Amino acid sequence: MKVKQIKLMQGNEACVEGALAAGMKFFGGYPITPSTEISEISALKLPRVGGKFIQMEDEIAGIAATIGASLTGLKSMTATSGPGFSLKQENIGYAMLAEIPCVIVDVQRGGPSTGMPTAPSQSDIMQAKWGTHGDHPVIALSPNSVSETFHLTIRAFNLAEKYRTPVFLMLDEVVAHMREKIEIPVASELEIFDRVRPEENDTKYMAYKVPANHLVPPMASFGDGFDFHVTGLMHDEFGFPSNDTDNAEKLMNRIMNKVNDNINDIVDYEESFIKDATTIVLAYGITARSAINAVKTARERGHKVGLFRPTTIWPSPEKQIKKLLKNVKKIIVAELNLGQYVLEIERIVAGQAEVFFLGKANGEIITPTEILTKIEEVI
Amino acid sequence: MPSQLVRDNLRTNKLPHIWCAGCSNGIAMRAISQAIENLGFDKKKVCIVSGIGCSSRTSGYMNYNTLHTTHGRAIAFATGVKLANPNLKVMVVTGDGDCSAIGGNHLIHAARRNIDITTIVFNNNIYGMTGGQFSPTTPMENYGTTAPYGNMEKPFDICNLAAAAGATYVARGTTYHVNPLVKLLEKAMIKKGFALVDVMSTCPTYYGRKNKKGTPAKMLKYFKDNTIDTKRVEKLSKEQLENKIIIGEFKNTDELEFTDKYLELIKGWEG
Amino acid sequence: MSAGKKLLITEDWCKGCGICVEFCPTNVLEIKNGIVTVVDIDKCIKCGLCELRCPDYAIYLEEIENES
Repeated sequence: MKVKQIKLMQGNEACVEGALAAGMKFFGGYPITPSTEISEISALKLPRVGGKFIQMEDEIAGIAATIGASLTGLKSMTATSGPGFSLKQENIGYAMLAEIPCVIVDVQRGGPSTGMPTAPSQSDIMQAKWGTHGDHPVIALSPNSVSETFHLTIRAFNLAEKYRTPVFLMLDEVVAHMREKIEIPVASELEIFDRVRPEENDTKYMAYKVPANHLVPPMASFGDGFDFHVTGLMHDEFGFPSNDTDNAEKLMNRIMNKVNDNINDIVDYEESFIKDATTIVLAYGITARSAINAVKTARERGHKVGLFRPTTIWPSPEKQIKKLLKNVKKIIVAELNLGQYVLEIERIVAGQAEVFFLGKANGEIITPTEILTKIEEVI
Repeated sequence: MPSQLVRDNLRTNKLPHIWCAGCSNGIAMRAISQAIENLGFDKKKVCIVSGIGCSSRTSGYMNYNTLHTTHGRAIAFATGVKLANPNLKVMVVTGDGDCSAIGGNHLIHAARRNIDITTIVFNNNIYGMTGGQFSPTTPMENYGTTAPYGNMEKPFDICNLAAAAGATYVARGTTYHVNPLVKLLEKAMIKKGFALVDVMSTCPTYYGRKNKKGTPAKMLKYFKDNTIDTKRVEKLSKEQLENKIIIGEFKNTDELEFTDKYLELIKGWEG
Repeated sequence: MSAGKKLLITEDWCKGCGICVEFCPTNVLEIKNGIVTVVDIDKCIKCGLCELRCPDYAIYLEEIENES
């Protein structure tokens, strides 16, 4: 956009707007509620900016085409919901090991199985972390508003390009479908990161070697003139399959550590009323909207309660939560599932504070009243 | 030092390949190289995409842009590559299990879409990499490690499948009839649209041993003695065609291709 | 003409499958100690059938450079 625009739109639409602002030029997907508007709007808008949209024959093909397109140099995205996210998991692992940047949007709905397709949930949080087999680096973001969906979609692309890895954008059905005011900034005000490519005349290009002062190996595109091989097998620095145990260890450490060593860059969060809080509510996505309302009411009633809202779900904001434990003695984790992210918080807290859980998996959101009741119950 | 053809098209530092002694996948890979050489393609624009299985190791050996993907998904990855960059000459090398079992859905939909991808199936009637289980192209009554009493399932004819689904060029060759195979591959590669060549390959280690097919050379000679060209099929009776492998061209038509159509759409929005 | 070609073997790549021996029309080749061996080069008619069907690219004909 050349001028700032104020619009009314839903989260799924803001996601596509963010993706286009980030430079998305390819979308490969398969229809699934409640993510379909992302496909529909991509189909409408991509050809107008020289981009490509394709509706594939299934969820697996959707992510496969997205990865293939990324390998030709295009910023690529796919979108799905729980059942489709499950189907995509094998190829997500492929993209993690082969280090192919792409964005995967999961508009979470009630599960397991077909579950409640039109109802919100936050029950894919652990699927995002552990869905694909093998050890793997995970970056997952979760917005709580239409406006934040726009910005976190851009951030998802930036992180994917910077760290050469798939990045998950974890929406929920409410954020995806609610309509809110959104201010779309001028394009020049947005920070956009493009993948590092090899020098054109690099005759010694090694597709999986990290040069000095680089985070990840520069990524060539098919057709650029670099002959290189990409595989989901353990591979050497040239990209060719290798069963060498030392090589496998080195590669695994490298793909894990590119995320683990840069947590400060990747992790983002929001704190409200934290300063003197002895009790905090930890919530993300739509649940954080109810939580802030509950926290404000609790404050009015004189309780020293704050809200911690991670926008980066994985890697978790471990350092920040540990820092809070100086004052915070009680943490209420509220989420739309029967106990997922709370396990991570319990791990981080490790007995240094009491952890309480407020969850729900019946297709309704957690209300401010329910959170307030929980606050007053534990205080 | 290997032959000029091998030097110019294969990654010689990755050879010898992992395929068993007498496996004819190597013959098929050479035939692909020969076809690319004959057509004079810009090798920097050739992209070989493969799935999982013996056949799919091909991508690691061919000295072009190469992508070794997940089981059954090569055509889906290739679809992304081709639509994203239509200037690439995209080819899929796959196996009978990879493309007609786990990847069957992608095969029929790429054919329906008529996207410009040349799919080359190394069809050896068995899952070789996993040790000899029957595949969707294992003939009935034949043995596999998971068909210890003989295969009870009717096999797929991959050519008829692809043709029915909408592929615009479909052919079958064998690793015995190498020169005709090269010609079929060339025609598939220059077809603007979804093209498929079913290459009858041999697996002496598993399929051959389980079914007492004899030496690698004998397995190739079986193709010599038991194939009938599509041009002759109409003249023969049902009995004469029994247990015969039909080779040659199954389909050769021209239809509007998917990426061309998409580029037209984009062009309409330029301004 | 065919006289300008030479039969070459890359022993390291030969897996001894015997396909070339079987398809050689003039019995030039044999498998010895698991590897293809030329037993009578004089009989070779440079037809190239061995190269065409060698799955391991271990045997092939190469043009000889004209010394003049």
